[in-house]
Amino acid sequence: MSNNNEPLVRVDSLSVHFPVRNGLFGRSKRTLRAVNELSLTLNKGECLSIVGESGCGKSTLALSILGLQEPTSGEIFFEGRSITGKTRPSRLERAGMAQMVFQDPYASLNPRQTIYTSLAAPLRLHGVSDRKEIAQRIESMMQLVGLKPEQAKRFPHEFSGGQRQRIGIARALILNPKVVVLDEPVSALDVSIRAQIINLLLELKERLDLSYIMISHDLSVVEHMSDRVAVMYFGQIVETGSWDRVFSDPQHPYTRRLIGAILDPVTELTGQSPVNTRAMPEPPAGYDYYPRELGKHDVYSLPPASHLVALREDHSVRLIARN
Amino acid sequence: MTDNLLEVRDLRLDIVSGKVSHNVVDNVSFSIGRGEAYGLVGESGCGKSITALSIIGLLRKPLAVTGGALNFNGRDLRGLSKRELRRLRGEKIAMIFQEPMTALNPLSPVGRQIAEMFVLHKGATWKEAEKLAIEALGNVQVPAPEERVKAYPHQMSGGMRQRVMIAIALACNPDLLIADEPTTALDVTVQAEILKLVKELCAARGTSVLMISHDLGVIANMCNRVGIMYAGRLVEERPVADLFLHPAHPYTDGLLKSLPHLGSRRLEGRKRLQEIEGTVPSIASFPPGCRFQPRCHRATSVCSAEIPPPSALNHDGFVKCFNHEQ
Amino acid sequence: MRLRLNLLIGGVLCIAIISMALLAPLIAPTDPVLDADLMNAELPPDAQFWFGTDAQGRDVLSRILYGARISLAVGIGSQVINTLIGLALGISAGYFGGWWDDFVTGLTNLMLAIPSLIFALAIMAILGPGLSSLLIALGLTNWSWTCRIARSSALSLKKQGYVQAAKTLGYGDIRIMITQILPNMIGPILVIGTLGMGDAILAEAALSYLGLGIKPPFPSWGNMLTDARELIVIAPWAAIFPGLAIFVTVLGLNLFGDGLRDWLDPHMRARQL
Repeated sequence: MSNNNEPLVRVDSLSVHFPVRNGLFGRSKRTLRAVNELSLTLNKGECLSIVGESGCGKSTLALSILGLQEPTSGEIFFEGRSITGKTRPSRLERAGMAQMVFQDPYASLNPRQTIYTSLAAPLRLHGVSDRKEIAQRIESMMQLVGLKPEQAKRFPHEFSGGQRQRIGIARALILNPKVVVLDEPVSALDVSIRAQIINLLLELKERLDLSYIMISHDLSVVEHMSDRVAVMYFGQIVETGSWDRVFSDPQHPYTRRLIGAILDPVTELTGQSPVNTRAMPEPPAGYDYYPRELGKHDVYSLPPASHLVALREDHSVRLIARN
Repeated sequence: MTDNLLEVRDLRLDIVSGKVSHNVVDNVSFSIGRGEAYGLVGESGCGKSITALSIIGLLRKPLAVTGGALNFNGRDLRGLSKRELRRLRGEKIAMIFQEPMTALNPLSPVGRQIAEMFVLHKGATWKEAEKLAIEALGNVQVPAPEERVKAYPHQMSGGMRQRVMIAIALACNPDLLIADEPTTALDVTVQAEILKLVKELCAARGTSVLMISHDLGVIANMCNRVGIMYAGRLVEERPVADLFLHPAHPYTDGLLKSLPHLGSRRLEGRKRLQEIEGTVPSIASFPPGCRFQPRCHRATSVCSAEIPPPSALNHDGFVKCFNHEQ
Repeated sequence: MRLRLNLLIGGVLCIAIISMALLAPLIAPTDPVLDADLMNAELPPDAQFWFGTDAQGRDVLSRILYGARISLAVGIGSQVINTLIGLALGISAGYFGGWWDDFVTGLTNLMLAIPSLIFALAIMAILGPGLSSLLIALGLTNWSWTCRIARSSALSLKKQGYVQAAKTLGYGDIRIMITQILPNMIGPILVIGTLGMGDAILAEAALSYLGLGIKPPFPSWGNMLTDARELIVIAPWAAIFPGLAIFVTVLGLNLFGDGLRDWLDPHMRARQL
């Protein structure tokens, strides 16, 4: 089943729509199109970053991959097996596939449970009943994320933000998942702590042969951590490719605007932007970038047909036929 | 003695509850010149926001100013009565916050909230004030201001709400604008627009800015001078270019090196980020001597015994460190 | 410090009343039912009868001590039932949402619209007087506030990262509701529970006063008040002391509930700066 050509995760024209009720007694009904016909793949050992601003649908996409959001249409495959619709696996089965590291380390741990309980309960749930084995696995997991095993006896409020994020990572890894979804993993942390967590995540990826899907708006972190990048704008991917292609030669006006908006202390002062500031590249003849104009998007209506077109190997951009 | 707009001298803030008191801000001194943009950088709990609140007299119990002087336009702010302070706020010193939704009144149209400033501080009639409000909304580049004045805060996007906040703050042409993480809750492209707007408006009016942020990029973009705060103390203060290009304090240096910089992976490949060990100390457990010393790789025995005094740096500014660069 | 004081006074009062109820057969000077002595009727408080005697010459103190058993049994018993109903409905409504939430919310609003005492009265009328009828009547009619609090807590808690994490780790819905959501709302629920006990004791008194609660001659604080109604001018002690007992018990429970809320709040406890 898992032949070598099949990517670890394949999202195939996924759409997630939410009904929005308006007016008195919810009489007028509209559909909010959070994710529109979106396709992407994650290969084993990769870190794929999904970049975009609030409301672009990146969180909805992540929840769908984790099985927390049922898609309206489209399919998601895990190692070639469909995990949506009728064939979707149970929560227990899913748990070994993908786990999540949350943005806010303060809301992501149950304040009434010790760290040990938070880590032991999923193990028990998945059939590990030997007390010694549970203790050992928790001990080695605590060490793996850079905490002392005896700290597991404590409650979340006894830890700092950075330590809590380490615990969140430990919980995500305790069942040995193949994919870890990182939802803005450092943006809620103190600046001086971010490097610790970024380094830890990159180390763990190598050591445990993990694959990451990272959701972020912080492009400096994305550039540092990713192998591939997908830029999302209103439910669709507008540009995707390997990190160096997207960052050194961004094509889509939205990608260029995002990269241009990054405020880096050093570039601000030296004025030497490492980003390609050449004039916007012309789209292929007969096509326009889609969307042509930014900031005029209607999330309730069906967008016109546009296509993600490969400009070269591992670099695609969304285009629409010029009429 | 100088023509500085704001002078903060040896400011000390404590949390006083019963007989127990904890120091939160210790010996902070800085000054802001007319038309200058000053940045106060630090992590959560370092005391940067409460320093700003103490300037406009909005500290709430159990926090209290326990020492030092605050001079604004030659007047001692600590000696002012509540009424005088209230007059000063909004008219001479204005403030914008991280989350405009909580700072705006949800039950009142934004135009009315702007107009209120003119009525309150300038003695305008409501009719005049409404016209001024439309003009003010136009100045912060809100499209169709004649219609938008009737909108309620919840009908606007985060970026538009922050523009309204700026319009309210700048309504009376204040001498000083305090901006506390004004773009942290916004998307990056919106952040760029808002910062540009604040910069332009304040430059045009000669308004001084006190910018508070944890984001070094925002500070580098906005400010002339920067103070770095760590655990309640100002550890380094210099012109922005000196500070970011040649940081003197090990903490400043560590902060800059710990962040991934755009473009560096392409130039030098992916390097392990340099970490600052340990965690930010909590207020209850500030270490003795230099408060950064337990996390500092340059620390020596003197660092835990004595509080480092400010040492002047060759161009301008100071650093509080026994083993600083240069 | 203030919050400790609440908990302390409330706790001491509650423990005192519970132990008096439990120890009633040992400490009561006389039998509350059998020791009627018309010769001693309507005696004011003195060295022998501390709280005086009622119209049948029974010792008011003994009757209050035995009556505490009924009041506490009704207060605790009916509140346990109310809390369980409220939690089950409220948590499931908040957690699952959809039509079930609409249904539970509607039911809760209906319960709030009907005065619970009237509702309890109707149930008592059907079931007839007695302790078990009281438990059922008061246990089925006062869960709406618990349900509301549980529902709104569940609504906000289900969005927390740890609940989402529990889902991705394979926890079932029931397990999530019990291990992740319930423990994090226990503070306000306990408070409502203890405050409700006071209400239940008052409701028992009211129902017994109306003749629908505990059948005489067995004492409950409510029917003692009923009996004392005609004597209020000539033997006020027969009404004052049961009333005082209700007052002290409800006060103790309220103080205890308030103190418990503050004590259970992890932020209050953690705030040691």
